[in-house]
Amino acid sequence: MDIVLQQLVNGLTLGSVYGLIAIGYTMVYGIIGMINFAHGDVYMVSAYITAIAIALLTFFGIESFPIIIIGTLFLTVAVTGAYGWVIERIAYRPLRNSSRLSVLISAIGMSLILQNYVQLSQGANQQGVPTLLSGALRFNVGDGFVQITYMKIFIIVASLIGMGVLTYIIQKTKLGRMCRATQQDRKMASILGINTDRIISIVFVIGATMAALAGVLITLDYGAFDFYVGFIIGIKAFTAAVLGGIGSLPGAMLGGLVLGLSEALFAGLISSDYKDVFSFSLLVLILIIRPSGLLGKPEVEKV
Amino acid sequence: MSATAGINYKKSVIDALVAGFMALIVFGPIVGVVLDGYSFNAEFGKVAWMVAVVVIGRFAISCFFQTEKGIAMAFRHANNDEGVAVRLPDHKSKLLWVVPLVIAIGLLVPFIASKYVLTVIILGLIYVLLGLGLNIVVGLAGLLDLGFVGFYAIGAYGLALGYENLGLGFWSMLPIAALIAAMAGAILGFPVLRMHGDYLAIVTLGFGEIIRLILTNWTSLTHGPNGISAPLPTFFGLEFKRRSRDGETFHEFFNIPYDSAYKYMFIYLVLFAVVWAVLFIKHRLVKMPIGRAWEALREDEIACRSLGLNHVLVKLSAFMIGASTAGLAGVFFATYQGFVNPSSFTFFESALILAIVVLGGMGSTLGVVIAAFCLTVLPELLREFAEYRVLMFGILMVVMMIWKPRGIVRVTRTGFAARKGVVK
Repeated sequence: MDIVLQQLVNGLTLGSVYGLIAIGYTMVYGIIGMINFAHGDVYMVSAYITAIAIALLTFFGIESFPIIIIGTLFLTVAVTGAYGWVIERIAYRPLRNSSRLSVLISAIGMSLILQNYVQLSQGANQQGVPTLLSGALRFNVGDGFVQITYMKIFIIVASLIGMGVLTYIIQKTKLGRMCRATQQDRKMASILGINTDRIISIVFVIGATMAALAGVLITLDYGAFDFYVGFIIGIKAFTAAVLGGIGSLPGAMLGGLVLGLSEALFAGLISSDYKDVFSFSLLVLILIIRPSGLLGKPEVEKV
Repeated sequence: MSATAGINYKKSVIDALVAGFMALIVFGPIVGVVLDGYSFNAEFGKVAWMVAVVVIGRFAISCFFQTEKGIAMAFRHANNDEGVAVRLPDHKSKLLWVVPLVIAIGLLVPFIASKYVLTVIILGLIYVLLGLGLNIVVGLAGLLDLGFVGFYAIGAYGLALGYENLGLGFWSMLPIAALIAAMAGAILGFPVLRMHGDYLAIVTLGFGEIIRLILTNWTSLTHGPNGISAPLPTFFGLEFKRRSRDGETFHEFFNIPYDSAYKYMFIYLVLFAVVWAVLFIKHRLVKMPIGRAWEALREDEIACRSLGLNHVLVKLSAFMIGASTAGLAGVFFATYQGFVNPSSFTFFESALILAIVVLGGMGSTLGVVIAAFCLTVLPELLREFAEYRVLMFGILMVVMMIWKPRGIVRVTRTGFAARKGVVK
C-alpha cells in the first residue's frame, strides 16, 4: 500500500514534467504538422543552463534560495527560448514548403547537432547541481510511510503555474488567438493579416520555455544529468503528447500525467529495468488502438 | 530589375548584429561557462571568437544574396525541384563496363590489402548493405524508419544466440536471420503502416530502443551488457581457427601456415557476393511493378489509394525487404566482430545509416554505396576529428535537406515504351 502511494506521488511529479515537455511537441505538431525531434535536446540544453545559472549565481555570492530559484528560472527560460527560436530559424523555416520527410530528417540532424555541441563544449561526463531544497513531509501509512519531498511539491506547484499561465495566454490573449487561428488554417490566417512565420517562431519559443521549466525542475530534483538525457525523456514526452491526442493542449498535460503515473506504478510494482520498454510499448499500443489519443480529434486526410 | 539591385549595407549590418546577438545568447552560457563540479571555468575568448564568426558570416551572406549572382542563385534554388531524370526507353548506359571492372578489383582487394585495410573495407560493406536496406524503406517507399538498428541487432544476436543455444552456424543463420528480421518487420509494420508517416518514425524509434533495452536487461539469455560471442563462417566445414576441436581447420587442410587474415578475406568475399546479390535484386525490384508502386506511394499516397493500390501491403513489402537486408548485415557484423553487445545498436547507428541514405540520395543505389564508404571509411582515416563526427552528421543532414533534399547523386530511370507489335 505504501509503495503504491509513494509511486503515485513520484508519478505525479514525473507526469507533470512530461506534460510540460509534451506541450512543446503538441503545439509544434498542431501548427506545422511536424514532430520536433530536437525538442528533447532543447530540454537537455536547459538542464545545462540550469546548472550554469546556479554556478554563476553562487559565484556572485547569492545564497538565498528564492533569489537563486527565480534567477535560475529566468535565465534558463530566456536562454532556452532563444534556442527554440534559433533552431526554428536555421533548420525548419527554410523547409516550410518541403515534404514532411525532409523536415523530419532536418529535425533529427538538429538533435544530433545539439547533443554533440553540448558534449564538445561541456565534456561528456555527467554533471550535477547542488541540492537547494531539502527536507520532506512524511505520512505514516499502515506499516510503512510515504515521503513527499518539498522539491516534489515545488515541481507540482511550478508545473501547474506554468500550465495555467500558458492556458491563459492561449485562450485569453490576442497572441493566443493568433496562434489558434494559425493552427486551424495557416493560409487563411495569413490572409487575415497574421504574420504566420512569426507565430510559428513564437510557438517554438513557447515550447522551448516549457521544456526549460521542466529542465529546471527535473535538474534540481535529480541533481545529475548528461548530454544524452534529452533522448529518452523526449520520446516519453512525445508518448505523452500522443496519448493525450497530439495537437491538443489539455491533452498533452493529461497525457503527461497518465504516462507518469502508469510508468511509476509499473516501475514500483513490476520491474524498474523495463519501465522504458513499458513506455515505448504503450506508445506503440496507443498508436495502433487509438491514434487520435484521449482528447484529440481524428486526423482527416485532405487532398 | 537587376539593374537597380545595389547592396543595402544598412540591412546587412542589422542582419549581422541580430545574428550576433542570438549567437551570444546561444553560445554564451554553453560554450563560455564550462561546468567543473559545482563551479565553472570561464572561456569567454572562445565565445567572442564564435560570435565574431557568426557576425562576419551573416554579414557576408546577407551582402552576397543582394548581389546579382546571389539573387540568381536564390531564384535557382527556389525553383529547383529536381525529380527523377527519365531516360529514353532504348537508352543503353555507356558505363556498363564499370561493373565487371569493379567486381574484378573487388575480388583482388583481399589479396593485396593489409589486414587493417581489409577490416575497414568489411565495415564499409556492412554499411553499404544497411544503407541499401534503408534506402528501400526511406528512399523508395518514403517511410522514415528510425529503428533500423533494431533489425540489425536481430540479425547479429540471431547469429550469436542461434550458435549458443541451437548450435546453428553462420551459413544456416544467414538466411534464418534475414527471415526473422523480415518477420519482426512484418509484426511491427503491419499495424503501424496504416497510419500517417510521421508516427512511423517514432514507433520505429521506440521499437529500436525496446530491442536494445531487452538485449541489455534480459541477462539470462543475452548476458546483458557483457555481450555474447558469435561464430566465424566455415569454408565447406573447415574452420578458420588456429586449432579446431572437431575436424581439420582451413590452414591444415590446405597445408598453409596459419594467418588470422584468412578469416577476414573469407568474410570479405562472402560479403562482397551478398552485396552484389542485394544490388542486383534491388536493381530488378525497382523496375518491377512493386518498385514502381513504392515510389508512387512515396510521391502521392492518396492518388495511389484512389487507383486501387493496397497501400499497407505495398509499404509492408518495402519494410520487410529493408528489414531482412539489415538482418543480413547484422549476421556479417556479428561474425566480423566475433562478439556482439547491446552498445553496438544505439540510436546513433540508426542515425548514421539514415545519414548515408540522405547523403547518397533517396532512392539512388550508386549514391548510397558511395556515401556508405565515405561515412564509414573517412572517420577511420580522420581519427583526430573523431569527436566531431556526430556534429558533422547532424550538420550534413540539415544542410542536405535544405540544399539538396534528393541527395547528391541524381536518380535516373529508363522510361517505358510499348513493345512493337504488342500494342496496335
